[in-house]
Amino acid sequence: MAAAVLVTTFLMGIVALVAVLWAVAKGQLSGGSNGARVIFAPGELGIGENPNPTADLEPDPETGLVQGQTIDELQARIEADISSRQPVLAFAGSAVLWLVLGSVLGLIASIKMHEPDWLNESRLLTFGRLRPMHLNVVAYGWLSMAGIASALWLIPRLLRTTLKGGGFALLGAVLWNVAVLGGVTSLGAGVSEGLEWLEFPWPVDALFVLAGGLVSLPLFFTLRTRRVEHLYVSVWYLTAALVWFPILFLVGNGFSLFAHGVPQATVNWWFAHNVLGLWFTPLALAASYYLIPKIIGRPIHSYQLSLMGFWALALFYSHVGIHHLIGGPVPTWLVTVSIVTSMMMFVPVVAVAINQHFTMWGHFRYLLTSPTLRFVVLGAVTYTLVSFQGSLHSLRTLNTLTHFTHYTVAHAHLGAYGFASMIFFGSMYFYLPRVVRFEWPYPRLITAHFWFVFIGFGVYFIGLSIGGLLQGFAMLRAESPFMDSVTVTIPFLVARSVGGALMNVGHLIFAGHVLILMLHFGRARTAPAQFKPLAIIAAELKS
Amino acid sequence: MKPLEITLGAASIVMFAGAVLGLAPELQLGSISPPAGLKPYTLSERRGRATYVDLGCMYCHSQQPRDKVQAPDEERGWGRAATPGDYSYDRPHLLGTMRTGPDLLNIGVRQPSEDWHLLHLYQPRAVVPGSIMPSYPFLFVKKDRNLLYPGDRTLKVPPPYDEPGVAVVVTEEARDLVAYLKSLKRNHPTDELPPPVPPPEEAKP
Ligand code: HEC
Ligand code: HEM
Ligand code: HEM
Repeated sequence: MAAAVLVTTFLMGIVALVAVLWAVAKGQLSGGSNGARVIFAPGELGIGENPNPTADLEPDPETGLVQGQTIDELQARIEADISSRQPVLAFAGSAVLWLVLGSVLGLIASIKMHEPDWLNESRLLTFGRLRPMHLNVVAYGWLSMAGIASALWLIPRLLRTTLKGGGFALLGAVLWNVAVLGGVTSLGAGVSEGLEWLEFPWPVDALFVLAGGLVSLPLFFTLRTRRVEHLYVSVWYLTAALVWFPILFLVGNGFSLFAHGVPQATVNWWFAHNVLGLWFTPLALAASYYLIPKIIGRPIHSYQLSLMGFWALALFYSHVGIHHLIGGPVPTWLVTVSIVTSMMMFVPVVAVAINQHFTMWGHFRYLLTSPTLRFVVLGAVTYTLVSFQGSLHSLRTLNTLTHFTHYTVAHAHLGAYGFASMIFFGSMYFYLPRVVRFEWPYPRLITAHFWFVFIGFGVYFIGLSIGGLLQGFAMLRAESPFMDSVTVTIPFLVARSVGGALMNVGHLIFAGHVLILMLHFGRARTAPAQFKPLAIIAAELKS
Repeated sequence: MKPLEITLGAASIVMFAGAVLGLAPELQLGSISPPAGLKPYTLSERRGRATYVDLGCMYCHSQQPRDKVQAPDEERGWGRAATPGDYSYDRPHLLGTMRTGPDLLNIGVRQPSEDWHLLHLYQPRAVVPGSIMPSYPFLFVKKDRNLLYPGDRTLKVPPPYDEPGVAVVVTEEARDLVAYLKSLKRNHPTDELPPPVPPPEEAKP
């Protein structure tokens, strides 16, 4: 039995490899020589999308050109942006609210870890309830809704048409919010299924499946009216993500309702890692594959590689889940499948790294001006780092040390925050002004947001990684008492609270700015909202 | 590629993975019979287990000792390496992924005292100085010492955690939770093979 499954998995890998080679040979993956360029209007290459969306159609004062001088294209792009306005705003606005709530919950949970008698009189505020509330709010409220918002905005842009069936997504947004709210309320009340990442009770899960299905409809309607020959790589990721989510939720929850013991645990982690790898990750990668080339005006480095990376990600990520149970009571063949696929993950990760970092190469000066690019590139670099880290601590040697410790929590935030959240922040800075047709009024608030979360997260991650390693070493020393592994972490747990507090401040600033933008408060800007005014940069470049 | 190909490809890959990571273990392990030495949970233990889930103990405590080849879990008194049979009656599974506190799969073996557990739940720092485990005062009722009912079971709380004139009465819920903790024993012999030494795949970079 065991051997049979292992053999099947490897056969499957080989079949997939052959399929990919065949596809390359037949030109299926190349999208003609222009695949990477479908996101640019004719003549737009080398220019980069105008940072100020409300001045799209005004000629550049220096060159006298209107972005590549294709007014029709620009007009169509504006129509695409506006067509997705309602569902995008519904998802993005809710996401930001959940972000604020979720981070506050995280901060309280964090403080309680070093002040265990604080707020101890209430069940609602006990660590064991706050923690799943934090996780579920940030995962299903913030990351999921922010990812869907950016997906819905990307779809009409990538397909060069207007969004069709946005009403379904709007309904999906309502249901999604009801589901998150119902879910956290029941966790707060102590009603939990008791499985990490699957805590929500099943009626809430059913709502998620429904809402997820509704959200994917506009993609398929819009695909039918697309005006592009080739589907850009971001469309691949979005299509897959929107197909994966309802399946994952349905199968993960359904299966775990009936299973028990060890098989329930393996499904649990199949599900949980796929929420990370086949939901947050493709949503975030779709955004960065679009935004990086778009802002600097260069097609991505190696387009074919990006398409192969897509299939490799699908194939390998889907099998890595059991690396969460290394050393546990799980059949060895199963752990081996997951460790091997975790190693194979280097393939898609390197594909993304080559594409995104080489595309940026030589264009780093844009990081000084463009808020979107600074957040997105930080997220893309972190993706490489967190994945390398992940592959390494999937190895049994390292996992023996780090499993069960705060080091894993640091890794979790490196992925969920440093990678996914950063990319979603960046993409919001790009699409929100475009869908509301109003430029960010206070660029300084963007600067403040960036530095608060950057420094705060730095403290969080570095502190907790060190603390986690020390905890791991202490636990492996059989002769030292267990309490040593607790005491040694305390300063680092405090550091986490300090870093987390800074992140919370950053989130409040961001949320305030989003509110101001949505209400069109503040002066309407004619200049783009940049970190440094373009004129200064231009002068610096000339000298 | 066309949207349909991407959709079908993506969906079938994830379903296949689900079959490998979920269905296959279910087929392999779902029907193994519970070991002779393992008893099903009693009603009180089941209620206690529900409280364990409700209060989220699993976010700090694992229930899966590792093999002694891999880590000193057994030396710490956490028990022999766990086997799938040990979880025959566990739904939901509570394997956990954190060890902010010790593994609890064999806490019933190493700490059989009900009084110890009750005091530890009321105030962990009263028994283990420096502990960062939360206190659970709401599992107890504070009453005026003079107004106790005859059946009330009180807890002896050492200073500085006691309050003059106040008795700490143990609730049914706290006793159920402790009954569950005491039932956590996986020291019956097992005929399942322990996980072997790490497989050779990992030697490769
Ligand atoms: C914030 C993390 C945290 C949570 C939540 C938590 N514990 Fe603990 N627990 C610890 C730590 C740290 C220790 C080790 C110090 C000590 O004995 O108090 C511990 C120790 C224990 C011990 C003693 C283990 C031994 O080997 O002596 C038991 C029993 C226990 N916890 C039960 C529980 C129960 C039951 C719950 C849920 C109601 C719970 N814990 C929730 C952190 C936690
Ligand atoms: C190649 C890529 C990756 C690999 C191989 C990998 C590997 C791992 C492993 C082995 C663990 C479990 C650690 C333990 O419990 O001992 C883990 C946990 C985690 N990873 Fe990754 N990781 C990768 C990328 C990512 C990314 C991109 C994200 C974020 C989107 C992420 C988010 C998380 C989270 C949230 C957890 C904690 C899960 C939990 O315990 O609740 N990882 N990862
Ligand atoms: C919005 C961005 C955030 C995201 C996406 C996020 C995500 C997560 C995830 C995935 C976990 C599970 C980790 C694991 O099981 O290994 C987690 C746990 C946690 N997070 Fe966050 N988090 C965010 C912000 C914060 C902030 C601002 C704080 C404040 C300090 C915080 C504190 C915590 C704490 C204390 C835990 C519990 C760790 C434990 O169980 O030991 N998080 N978070």
